[in-house]
Amino acid sequence: MSHYHQIDIINLVFNFIFMITTDILIIGAGPTGLFTVFEAGLLKLKCHLIDALPQAGGQCSEIYPKKPIYDIPAYPEILAGDLTERLLEQCKQFEPGFTLGERAETIDKQDDGTFIVTTNKGTKHHAPVVAIAGGLGSFEPRKPKIHNITDFEDKGVEYIIKDPEIYRDKKVVIAGGGDSALDWSIFLSDVAAEVTLIHRRTEFRGHLDSVEKVQELKNKGKINLITPAEVVGIVGDHKVKAVVVKQAQHIEKEFELNCDHFIPLFGLSPKLGPIANWGLEIEKNAIKVNNALDYQTNISGIYAIGDVNTYPGKLKLILCGFHEATLMCQSAYQIINPGKRFVLKYTTVSGVDGFDGTRKEAPKAVVKSIE
Amino acid sequence: MENVDINITIIDREGEKHHIEAPTDMAMNLMEVVRSYELAPEGTIGVCGGMAMCASCQCYVLSDTKLPEMQDDEEAMLSEAFDVKDNSRLGCQIQMTPGMEGLVVELAPES
Ligand SMILES: Cc1cc2nc3c(=O)[nH]c(=O)nc-3n(C[C@H](O)[C@H](O)[C@H](O)COP(=O)(O)OP(=O)(O)OC[C@H]3O[C@@H](n4cnc5c(N)ncnc54)[C@H](O)[C@@H]3O)c2cc1C
Ligand code: FES
Repeated sequence: MSHYHQIDIINLVFNFIFMITTDILIIGAGPTGLFTVFEAGLLKLKCHLIDALPQAGGQCSEIYPKKPIYDIPAYPEILAGDLTERLLEQCKQFEPGFTLGERAETIDKQDDGTFIVTTNKGTKHHAPVVAIAGGLGSFEPRKPKIHNITDFEDKGVEYIIKDPEIYRDKKVVIAGGGDSALDWSIFLSDVAAEVTLIHRRTEFRGHLDSVEKVQELKNKGKINLITPAEVVGIVGDHKVKAVVVKQAQHIEKEFELNCDHFIPLFGLSPKLGPIANWGLEIEKNAIKVNNALDYQTNISGIYAIGDVNTYPGKLKLILCGFHEATLMCQSAYQIINPGKRFVLKYTTVSGVDGFDGTRKEAPKAVVKSIE
Repeated sequence: MENVDINITIIDREGEKHHIEAPTDMAMNLMEVVRSYELAPEGTIGVCGGMAMCASCQCYVLSDTKLPEMQDDEEAMLSEAFDVKDNSRLGCQIQMTPGMEGLVVELAPES
């Protein structure tokens, strides 16, 4: 056997052991993805979710967690963050798996019709059905326009802070004027050797507490504040050594500021990204599906539900995503259990049996004689 | 019924000019007008729903039309956005009113 074959086989065995397997692989842990877990659970189908964000909730948790929603049936008013919490609680009994902080990158259809989805970090997932609940797309950091910034990604430039410990005793420069720039400056002022916060204006937009705290830390000399200013360049070879700072008031004045890390925090914006190259029919930045039936895409076994799909009359609303998820699960059941009979049951009548051994059921009426 | 539509011009991200009629009685802002005419792909405009929190609706105002003054949150968002010019505004913060007849704006590049 050739050397290459051996490697192939080792890879195969490795993948087999370490690959995540599930019934329905859901891409996107927004409201639509989370409710899919519940509906699938009622059909005894197990789910695993992938999301580029470090937390579940999609737009609801990333864009507007503290804002109210008024058109969720039976909730005259609910905060988007609370809706996420409730959805997580509702599907918890079906023990969904999560791959968070990773973006689904490629999909490979196997000879047996199942799919392997691999993330940007190389995590592999194997499932007979894939449900794309990707919303407006995977949330990606907005990168400042600095010509050589991509050369330093993961070499001192980070757009999302995953492990604050890597900044311990390091010199850190943070850019941005919103909540995350403020909150991380505060947090890292206790961890890093030096924290500098750079913003184009002297005004910051964030919770009053955070703004006041930064002011206090600045007065104590624990945060260096450079405003109004902008980072316009990065210096270093293979690793960040310094950033070039341009102070807005004196156009001429540019200087180098030594640092080990540069963290630009300008928010996240959704990008359909790699899914656009999966051979799916795309229209208006969304995936075309068959809405007369089951929200399947042009590739059998791949569904698209929630904000990410399009069909005549489509509305990007949470309640529409819930409906689509429900119908999709019925169709997925037929793919996973071909020919096996099933009939819709009311949760009130049949109760809900969790995969964790819990059971919810309606209390029985008492039968007792009245004398 | 009295006609409350106004004529405005929007230059899309490809540089194409669109002369359109914008209703002023439907509580629509400029970002929503752009979406209703599908002048920018869905998902690339109005990402934050119009809360001055994403700058996906940034546009450059080319006419000298009188517009509502900038509020703090719009100014704060623009200070964090990219490709910002002196005539930048957030479309979602511009409510359509009859006084805006003849407005000309160009959509800023996607970021
Ligand atoms: C400010 C605002 C207010 C709103 N108000 C309302 C309202 O009042 N009522 C209402 O019904 N709707 C409202 N919406 C819309 C509502 O939030 C969306 O319809 C809903 O979030 C869609 O849910 P989803 O699960 O389909 O997608 P999303 O919530 O967008 O979640 C999709 C998830 O998929 C992830 N993802 C995508 N691609 C990948 C990939 N390749 N790899 C890994 N992860 C990926 C994304 O990171 C994201 O977390 C509002 C939206 C906004 C922004
Ligand atoms: S739509 Fe987000 S800032 Fe206008």
